[in-house]
Amino acid sequence: MLEIKNLKASINKKEILKGLNLNIKAGEVHAIMGPNGSGKSTLANVLSGKKDYDVKGSVIFEKEDLLELPIEERSRKGLFLAFQYPVEIPGVSTSNFLRTTLNSIRKSKSQKELSALDFLKLVKEKSAELNIDEKFLSRPLNVGFSGGEKKKNEILQMKLIQPKLAVLDETDSGLDIDALKIVANGVNTYKNKSNAFLIITHYQRLLNYIKPDFVHVLSNGQIIKSGCMELAEDLEKTGYQKYTNA
Amino acid sequence: MKNQNIEKLKDYKYGFTTEIENIKSPRGLSENTIKFISKIKKEPKWMLDWRLKAFRRLSSLKEPNWQKPKYPKINYDKLYYYSAPKSFSEKPKSLEEVDPKLIETYNKLGIPLQEQKRLSGVAVDAVFDSVSVATTFKEELNKHGIIFCSISDAIQKHPDLVKKYLGSVIPLSDHYFATLNSAVFTDGSFVYIPPDTKCPMELSTYFRINASETGQFERTLIIADKGSYVSYLEGCTAPMRDENQLHAANVELVALDDAEIKYSTVQNWYPGDEKGKGGIYNFVTKRGACRGKNSKISWTQVETGSAITWKYPSCILQGDNSVGEFYSIAITNNHQKADTGTKMIHLGKNTKSKIISKGISAGKADNTYRGLVDINRKAENARNFTQCDSLLMGNKCGAHTVPYIKNKNSSSIIEHEATTSKISDEQLFYCNQRGLDQEEAVSLIVNGFCKEVLQQLPMEFAVEAQKLVSISLEGSVG
Repeated sequence: MLEIKNLKASINKKEILKGLNLNIKAGEVHAIMGPNGSGKSTLANVLSGKKDYDVKGSVIFEKEDLLELPIEERSRKGLFLAFQYPVEIPGVSTSNFLRTTLNSIRKSKSQKELSALDFLKLVKEKSAELNIDEKFLSRPLNVGFSGGEKKKNEILQMKLIQPKLAVLDETDSGLDIDALKIVANGVNTYKNKSNAFLIITHYQRLLNYIKPDFVHVLSNGQIIKSGCMELAEDLEKTGYQKYTNA
Repeated sequence: MKNQNIEKLKDYKYGFTTEIENIKSPRGLSENTIKFISKIKKEPKWMLDWRLKAFRRLSSLKEPNWQKPKYPKINYDKLYYYSAPKSFSEKPKSLEEVDPKLIETYNKLGIPLQEQKRLSGVAVDAVFDSVSVATTFKEELNKHGIIFCSISDAIQKHPDLVKKYLGSVIPLSDHYFATLNSAVFTDGSFVYIPPDTKCPMELSTYFRINASETGQFERTLIIADKGSYVSYLEGCTAPMRDENQLHAANVELVALDDAEIKYSTVQNWYPGDEKGKGGIYNFVTKRGACRGKNSKISWTQVETGSAITWKYPSCILQGDNSVGEFYSIAITNNHQKADTGTKMIHLGKNTKSKIISKGISAGKADNTYRGLVDINRKAENARNFTQCDSLLMGNKCGAHTVPYIKNKNSSSIIEHEATTSKISDEQLFYCNQRGLDQEEAVSLIVNGFCKEVLQQLPMEFAVEAQKLVSISLEGSVG
């Protein structure tokens, strides 16, 4: 599904990603762990197409050259980024935002746009799965939301849009244990054989609830070690230093 | 010139010109011009005298120059003050007699005048250059005793009402442009709602400037008698021309005891090209008097067009417990300039006013909110709430807020809130990541910013206004 080869990215002439390689197949869950400043969020930004980066290397997503596509095209092709810090948009209600984005994506796939009524039915069903209060939908997008509400909102959008590949950028940060379980459950119920996840995190905590197939250690812009769940457990015990010094 | 126009039509779809033979007044501003206008409109002597009085006052008034957007001197002697399709030398008695070219013009503008295609629940008065082309649903409104016609008709058929109220809110010698309008006004709408009557449909006037080198001087007068209600909307467009054209309108509203007038404007005059050439100077005086107790006047404006927009729709809150409201969206893009806001003059007891202003600047545009809240000595317990928000797009535009507050009564409460924000790259990135392209993203964010004002528009026009807001800003983000 996703094939990253020798990916390099720099910002203001400072190289952050220094030749990163990664393959993700349908049905797989990959976790990327690493210390602060290792390039985790840069990877998420570069994959989704954020400007400001000077990018080299190749990224093939669903047989297409991802780096050639504008941000919205990547999204319409099935790449979803759950933001670490979702932005506030005053005046735009959450439900209006969700419906506008969902319909824009449906339209790009020549699917029928959802009527207000159909959308409401769908969004109520998905919100209930995430324990989201309906009142939340009429509030302006992310304005005054708690950390947990913002992250739940990201997962809600993922479930509505139904991407092929979801990149979760530190979705666990700022969550209490109950919210963490709800978010993890949201991911687990969405996971299937034809989609995939790339989970970026500092801690092993989230991985207790979402079982990754592969764990990678990112350090200084490169993946320096890959393994399975045991690697994450070991990292939690001994820290990153053992690997980064190696 | 013509081909150029067609190419540019993509950006401003109302920019076409109707090829039609005109009757024009002699060029320039003189007593003769005024006599010509009055004669061609077959006006009674009192009307001509009123115009001439205004004209004489004009010579003692100076064109104001305190506004932020400056403009090259207007040569008033070069302008035509009256221009009407030739077929109007005898006013058509029914729509069947109206030149098909005019009907087609309004069809193109999305304002069908034919019976079968009319917007349901909306009565339209269509003003083309200096004359009213047609007024729809007249008979239906007559049944309720409502008068909705052109001001020219009203001068002929309802002289008592016109004499009583014309100039009663905007005095003859108010200021330069208002006085100019009083001298040379050509057409506009007249509305009278009898006591205890709720107007059963939206009333609207559609203004179109077509002829070149012509100023449009519309005059509108709306009277809501005791206990009545009316909602009125005006729309405006003009062809694309390289010259600047002057539109100096006067609009007067009078609300008697317990009456309510809701006045909405969707202004989309030609804004000039992306280099700032051409466009309308929209210098308009709009004022409403809440003359009766418990009366209410509400102004809503969506200003997206014009090279320069310069207007302050105001409320004089004379009656006790009267309410004035002003909801505004002013969008300036490219080289457009706006200096707009409102005046709320509190005279009566327990009077309330509310001002919500949303200014959006993009390109190299400049947008100023200027407003006055004036609480008179006798206005016990007056209350005002003002909110001015500015949104900037890019780094070459400007936004300014100039609120004046005069308070002479210590029992009043005045609140003022103001914010300035920018559409951030982070917001755009977030929207793009959720599948919206740049223009969809801007449209969503801007419409969210304006929501409080858009909600005030009558249902029939809200969707149209939303689209207009998006279109006016197309191409404004990188």
